[in-house]
Amino acid sequence: MDYFFTEEQEMIRDLCRQIAEERIKPVRAELDEKEEFPREIMKALAQADLFQIIIPEEYGGLGGGCLENCIAVEELSRACCGVSTSYAASFLGAYPMLLFGNEAQKEKYLPLIGSGEKLCAFALTESSSGSDAGSIQTEAKKDGDSYVLNGSKQWITNGGEAGVYTVIAITDRSKGARGATAFIVEADDPGFSIGKKEIKMGIRASATAELIFKDCRIPAERVLGKEGLGFVVAMRTFDKSRPGVGAQAVGVAQGALDEAAAFARVRKQFGKPIITFQAVAHMLADMAVDIEAGRALVYATARYIDSGAKDFSKVSAIAKVFPTDMAMRVTTNAVQVLGGHGYMREYPVEKMMRDAKILQIYEGTNQIQRNVIGQELNKEYGRKK
Amino acid sequence: MGVIIDKELCIGCEQCLDACPFDALEMKGEIPEVGDTCTLCGSCADVCPEGAITVPEVERAEDDRAAQAKGVWVYAEVRGGQMPEVVAELLGQGRRLAEQLGVELGAVVLGHGLGGVAGELFALGAEVVYAADDPRLAEFNDDIYCKVLTRLIAEYKPEVLLAGATSVGRSMIPRVATAAATGLTADCTGLAIDPEKRLLLQTRPAFGGNIMATIVCPTARPQMATVRPRVMKRGERRDGFEGRLITVSLDAGDRAATQVLEVVQSLEENVNLTGAEVVVTGGRGVGGPEGFKVVAQLADALGGVVGATRGAVDSEWIGHAHQVGQTGRTVAPKLYIALGVSGAVQHLVGMQGSDTIVAVNNDPNAPIFDVAHYGIVGDLFKVAPAMLSHLKQLRGQG
Amino acid sequence: MKIAVCIKQVPDTANVKLDPETHTLKREGVESIVNPFDLFALEAALRIKEAAGGEIVAITMGPPQAETVIKDAIGFGVDEGLLLSDRAFAGADTWATTAALAKAIMGLGDVDLVICGKQAVDGDTAQVGPGIAQRLGLPHVAFVKGFREIDNKRLVVERQMDDGYDVVELPLPALITVVREVGEPRPPSLKGKMRAKKYTVPMQGAADLGLDASQVGLAGSFTQVVKVFAPSHSGERRRLEGSEDEMGAQVIDALVDNQVIMLGS
Repeated sequence: MDYFFTEEQEMIRDLCRQIAEERIKPVRAELDEKEEFPREIMKALAQADLFQIIIPEEYGGLGGGCLENCIAVEELSRACCGVSTSYAASFLGAYPMLLFGNEAQKEKYLPLIGSGEKLCAFALTESSSGSDAGSIQTEAKKDGDSYVLNGSKQWITNGGEAGVYTVIAITDRSKGARGATAFIVEADDPGFSIGKKEIKMGIRASATAELIFKDCRIPAERVLGKEGLGFVVAMRTFDKSRPGVGAQAVGVAQGALDEAAAFARVRKQFGKPIITFQAVAHMLADMAVDIEAGRALVYATARYIDSGAKDFSKVSAIAKVFPTDMAMRVTTNAVQVLGGHGYMREYPVEKMMRDAKILQIYEGTNQIQRNVIGQELNKEYGRKK
Repeated sequence: MGVIIDKELCIGCEQCLDACPFDALEMKGEIPEVGDTCTLCGSCADVCPEGAITVPEVERAEDDRAAQAKGVWVYAEVRGGQMPEVVAELLGQGRRLAEQLGVELGAVVLGHGLGGVAGELFALGAEVVYAADDPRLAEFNDDIYCKVLTRLIAEYKPEVLLAGATSVGRSMIPRVATAAATGLTADCTGLAIDPEKRLLLQTRPAFGGNIMATIVCPTARPQMATVRPRVMKRGERRDGFEGRLITVSLDAGDRAATQVLEVVQSLEENVNLTGAEVVVTGGRGVGGPEGFKVVAQLADALGGVVGATRGAVDSEWIGHAHQVGQTGRTVAPKLYIALGVSGAVQHLVGMQGSDTIVAVNNDPNAPIFDVAHYGIVGDLFKVAPAMLSHLKQLRGQG
Repeated sequence: MKIAVCIKQVPDTANVKLDPETHTLKREGVESIVNPFDLFALEAALRIKEAAGGEIVAITMGPPQAETVIKDAIGFGVDEGLLLSDRAFAGADTWATTAALAKAIMGLGDVDLVICGKQAVDGDTAQVGPGIAQRLGLPHVAFVKGFREIDNKRLVVERQMDDGYDVVELPLPALITVVREVGEPRPPSLKGKMRAKKYTVPMQGAADLGLDASQVGLAGSFTQVVKVFAPSHSGERRRLEGSEDEMGAQVIDALVDNQVIMLGS
């Protein structure tokens, strides 16, 4: 199906597809097996200017929006979610600067991220604070012209590989929803260190680590926006990044369908290719329906956000929830279609199933997404006469 | 410029289109039109039932070198005090060509501390040796080697010059051909003489080995060709033969612009693929570095060397030193065993001269079976051990 | 530093098929690609530019459609390109090809380094690089597999040899040919591709280069093809039958019988 991309969007898609085929597919199984960060691939993505996609032109970027981001992420996810997560997470970390950074901060950090010289990461989650973001414990105390951070963050994507982190910390607990602040932390800031590196079910190429702040001193210029805006920064960042997670889901699901359909055409049982059996054909059909619906939803939402929409929390959550739930269905069924082969590590679909699970969990669990949608519906219908 | 088609004689049978190896003919209405890729090879003229195609003479500038040039030369490379095997092979072939032309066979050697090299060259077939022994030639530097050889060519005017397609040959000889303003055909697999025209017929594979082409250098001299190792046959040795030694000195101002700082022997084990009598090659079907164990075991049992396809080397299952094929080594052993090798043309080019070829592959349609003398469709991990154990049995090793 | 890279558009020989009956090459539907070895030349040029600064010009000789390889080169980050195209160039051997390329490079003025790939996969001769060096009066090193030092006056390179490698110092201006070990080619970049879309490839013919028809193409070549034929595979071919164990034993027996394997060796 044609989604009427511009020439530039097609260029992004084709280039990502080329890189996925030539550089990611051949090594994805090994990266997964060894839990190895895809440094060489990140370098190639940087050389291809793919980290410039959402960086504004005045900072050396390509000035693209949500849709360009989704196109790139979808194509890379089709080959490997571990790689696409490492790539997309850098944008997740950059969004706070894009949305709330001042001129000096943008001039300093955006070119470094756009060139791929430094990867970025976003740090909100803590061991006792996942969905309940408001309960974070990491504190930032003002001290002269610095802030001193103490605490730890858990399960941070690109932890240990990133050069720049955007960190949400409590500056005034008494202020409740206005009690947190977003900061820029650099990897070599004093008192900042990397803790435990996680061993995961899926997206094993992606680096997931604990961040430790022990009297970590940073200059006051590192505040994003102003004190008290921390949770707003986080929510607005997620609003922008959620369709990207939807795009990952569409990508991995497409990759799974590619494998399942190809296999079903050559695998013969009872004298016929299994794709000719209705049970299998219907499974593949449902997979195709799910994927196209997810794709259309992600692109439509991305286009809406790029048009300059002001209030898109609900549609953004919808564009995350549906594709990620369907990706879990599709990848599980892909394993089913491959049967015994699907269960074996030799075939790529079991990895896709393991990878897809996280998409229902991170950047706001699908339960939280439903909360958001429910709340928005309440507001929406409350406004109607 | 292309072949000329006589519209009156052409009957539009299109046989010439089928015969053209370069896709240079296209029907425009009833008559073929000749495109830019025509090389005047004449394959179309050969098949035209009506004689409607003529191959025009290429108009070339006047060149009287052909009349003056005499003698067959072989460039005798010396590296690290050693002469690669290909020199002996070229002297063997050179001898045969010189006899057909009724001329002398000469050898040219450049280097420093050349010692008894001339004697060796006479024993291998040369009648005259031109030796330039100078400290400035101690290491191989293209520009000065080229200068000295070009000067010798200008002075002594050989009609044929052969060199080995070694790293040195492939770097230096094209430069010499340009300096001497003459034609060069690289990587020849066949050399013959057209005695009437005193032409060297140079045959080589093209398009990755899909076709063979015979090339000539009609007017320029010397006619130059490089030849890969293990392609030509050595001649009979004649120890004690006394030929003419001509010592060559350099000019005072001769110097190399480049400088060799260090010579490093390969860190990988010295894989002597080109000298081996038996080569056992593993391809993509071997599946990984572990799989090469059985390849090595078979090679070992047969006193042979392990080879690899480009696919296996690119996947880093084994080092480049083992690569056989268009971008690796050319081998022509007595026995070549291909395990899990599909037989892509680029690989065949490197081994199809082997005396006996055995191929084991799961795919009955693998192109390797087109060249294999013994084809086995099956799992190499079952066949190879079976070969090993049977061999052991025959040798009484139980 | 001004770097000129010579690249060639070739048919994807991996996919060029030999018609089994007529023994001719069928090039229809076979894609044209950048000669794979030239991708390494482009990568080497880009790395040298990163190390020492400068400008890269890609030059190709071919039919008008060869301008796509120049555009591809721009996509990789090359600064400018040049297409040498003229009906008179058709059928050129190395001598005639280097005549045109050398003139074009001279026309660029002040080139510090010329880089060529090791060989073209259609011609396979690996002669053009050294030939250009001779015409331009430049020193050259072939089969460069790595760089030890790069500056505006000289390079220190590793030259691949049959038995290892040599470390060679090369003063600039000079010419090198490179092999695959010189580095993994980077992907094209989005900015490069966008630039390539808008880029008009300058074209020069024989007259622009100051060459007349007798110096180029078939007329300007010293060598010429006189015959083309299918490679022959000699000897009888047999497919063995039976179980894998049986076939393994059979082939050893056959080789022993024919004295290909000497027992007791």
